[in-house]
Amino acid sequence: MADRELLLGDDAVALAAIHAGISGAYAYPGTPATELFEFIHERADKLGIHAFWSANEKVAYEEALGTSFCGRRAIVSMKHVGLNVAADAFVNSAVTGVRGGLVVCVADDPGMHSSQNEQDSRALAKFALIPCLEPANQQEAYDMTRYAFDLSEATRLPVMVRLVTRLAHSRADVVTAPALPQKPLDPATDPMEFTLLPANARVLYRRLTEKQLDLEARAAQSPWNTLDVPPGAGRVGILTNGIAYNYVREAFGGQVPHPVLRICQSPVPLDRIRALLDQVDELWVVEEGYPVLEELVRGVVPPAGKVIRGRLDGGLPRTGELTPGIVAKALVGATPQGTAQTLEHLPGRPPTLCPGCSHTDTYALIKEAVKPYEKGQRIRLFADIGCYTLGFYEPHDAIHSCVDMGASISMCAGAAYVGQFPALCAIGDSTFAHSGMTGLLTASRQDANMVVFILDNGTVAMTGTQDTLATGQDLVDIVLGLGVKSEHVRVINPIKSKFDENLAILREEIEHKGLSVIIARRPCVQWVRRTNS
Amino acid sequence: MKCDIILAGVGGQGILTIAYLLDNAAVNRGLRFKQAEVHGMSQRGGAVYSHLRISDAEIISDLVPEGQADMILSVEPLEVQRYLPYLRPGGVVVSNVEPFKNIPDYPDDALVLDALARLPRAVLVDAAAIATSGKVPKAQNMAMVGAALPFLPFTLADFEPIVQGLFGRKGDHVVAGNMHVLRTGNAVGALTAALLDRGVTSQRAHQLTSGLDLASIDPAMADELAAQPR
Ligand SMILES: Cc1ncc(C[n+]2csc(CCOP(=O)(O)OP(=O)(O)O)c2C)c(N)n1
Ligand code: SF4
Repeated sequence: MADRELLLGDDAVALAAIHAGISGAYAYPGTPATELFEFIHERADKLGIHAFWSANEKVAYEEALGTSFCGRRAIVSMKHVGLNVAADAFVNSAVTGVRGGLVVCVADDPGMHSSQNEQDSRALAKFALIPCLEPANQQEAYDMTRYAFDLSEATRLPVMVRLVTRLAHSRADVVTAPALPQKPLDPATDPMEFTLLPANARVLYRRLTEKQLDLEARAAQSPWNTLDVPPGAGRVGILTNGIAYNYVREAFGGQVPHPVLRICQSPVPLDRIRALLDQVDELWVVEEGYPVLEELVRGVVPPAGKVIRGRLDGGLPRTGELTPGIVAKALVGATPQGTAQTLEHLPGRPPTLCPGCSHTDTYALIKEAVKPYEKGQRIRLFADIGCYTLGFYEPHDAIHSCVDMGASISMCAGAAYVGQFPALCAIGDSTFAHSGMTGLLTASRQDANMVVFILDNGTVAMTGTQDTLATGQDLVDIVLGLGVKSEHVRVINPIKSKFDENLAILREEIEHKGLSVIIARRPCVQWVRRTNS
Repeated sequence: MKCDIILAGVGGQGILTIAYLLDNAAVNRGLRFKQAEVHGMSQRGGAVYSHLRISDAEIISDLVPEGQADMILSVEPLEVQRYLPYLRPGGVVVSNVEPFKNIPDYPDDALVLDALARLPRAVLVDAAAIATSGKVPKAQNMAMVGAALPFLPFTLADFEPIVQGLFGRKGDHVVAGNMHVLRTGNAVGALTAALLDRGVTSQRAHQLTSGLDLASIDPAMADELAAQPR
């Protein structure tokens, strides 16, 4: 009998990768993708799979590519914005191609439940010219990942599996298939294959473009791209992707009376869409994510005599996550009959820093230290991504930017160069290891007049207290190694009893004309609780 | 049979444990289920929720469609309000009465409870008291699952192996304590359900049940209580 397991979408991809015989798993944490690597990590030792949190997504991607170079299978996983960080490796790995199957699983976050944007990774797969698979449920997440490894080796390309929050973090039971053994070590032998000198790259890039016809033909026949035409269907059709397909079916109680084409494997097989268009006068494009298919259908010259509805004409909201209710309203005009709220004023409840969080005390300290410099104008603190971003909210009201991992230091330097004083920024230990070190090296070579606070709480707290790569004395050594003068590298313990002592240190370093780094070192209370339990 | 539930609470209150219990109960019964949850940002003391769908037929969407939930099960009374648009007419609210105040503009306690009691079918329980009665004061989740049980396609016995699996390593007394809390919660839920079925308002049902000795609660008391003069 086949095994049934209770799995998150993330887990289903992870288990499929294990069953596909991966030799390595690589990742940097990021919601909603974190659990995928964690699932493998917990089992890695027993299975003889290499698994270790990487410093960032680019590193993780390159490690996976190196494993593939050796003819062995690898999975690399990240949240959608992580692919921006890995983009250089990602795009070029399509040009080199792969040896052992390489699957990159990217979890998008439509609706921005825990992200800075809702970018759609299908656009990046298309940009890199590689196939992308989009499961609609946990079972497909498992099955498609198994298929993705085979597809990767058959086409010798990296293959993307795109998840979205609602699948990554939704649990259901999954039937699994027999596991395969790992592949033997068999490194690439042709020296030009992975060496992207222009002369080689031109050849390899042409080869990549020539593969596209084959990729499209595979997509045209893919078991994941299905057209359902119910008997007696009218002249309205639906084109959909990934989990949006579920909302379409849900809107009609499971029996859709219209032809439905779902595209869950790209490159988009254009003939399939043309065939659907031939059958209908009106086409609804219901997509979870950007209007990728819809833009294709509309083209420069919209199909003559056809009405196209979707995110671009207001038929569906231009931004945000789809829900069964939104899709049902668009497709069948149904307005849900819920229950009215019985309380007049319902306050929001945003996330907050935990009671006892060290970041709270560090912010209080910084706000006090800058008071003499305010002179009627608020001092700005460039911040970064992590729990400490919650310092934006009352009662802290302490930070004034959060853009992308590492931006705090480089943005602060950019402000310092053109005269902002005091120029201050704050970054977590893990974010520093991810993307802060290069910014600090650049600033230290110019002795930029600024103060960098590194909030060393010993862990990657925001995403669930994973291991951090740079903490304690290691972190101090890295900062010194990046060229910051030792007399201006200060370590403080941000607790209330040392407030005055710490305040004096902050004021000294603000006054110092040049680069200072203040490491606020105190463990995350959640991490301490978790490691003690 | 289908049972669509919105689980609600505040980050750190452990609604994912409730989800775990219900997921496993569904699987052990051979039912289908899907359970969508939020991780990450909102877990830091923010509003958290989970969509849980149980059915004997195919479940299509991971999210419960607006206006189709059969139940809102909330560990916090204010949080119920956030998800009422999901609750179908005739659906039931099972909520803890104890507020979790980590926001400056939390409304007056009485207002919050009053608003819940105005709902046509609300089962209001004092989860802390029930958990304490089993000497496992942290097991408020269990009290809530117990109170919801009369409206779910499960029995107490379904939870025995799951509770054993969750707490077995902490010792028999912890398992027994949690089962006691489940049982007591179930008794409160069943009695309240019986009162609601007899046409008693949510408010009155709450008044009638909240004064009772937890150890002696029995759904058979419903007729007598419903007949009590106000
Ligand atoms: C490119 C990218 N990768 C991952 C994330 C997800 N993410 C946000 S903050 C963070 C780490 C925060 O750790 P740290 O800087 O140590 O701060 P803490 O949460 O511990 O305060 C991660 C992994 C992201 N937003 N962007
Ligand atoms: S998880 Fe840790 S770092 Fe994050 S808010 Fe809580 S104590 Fe602070």
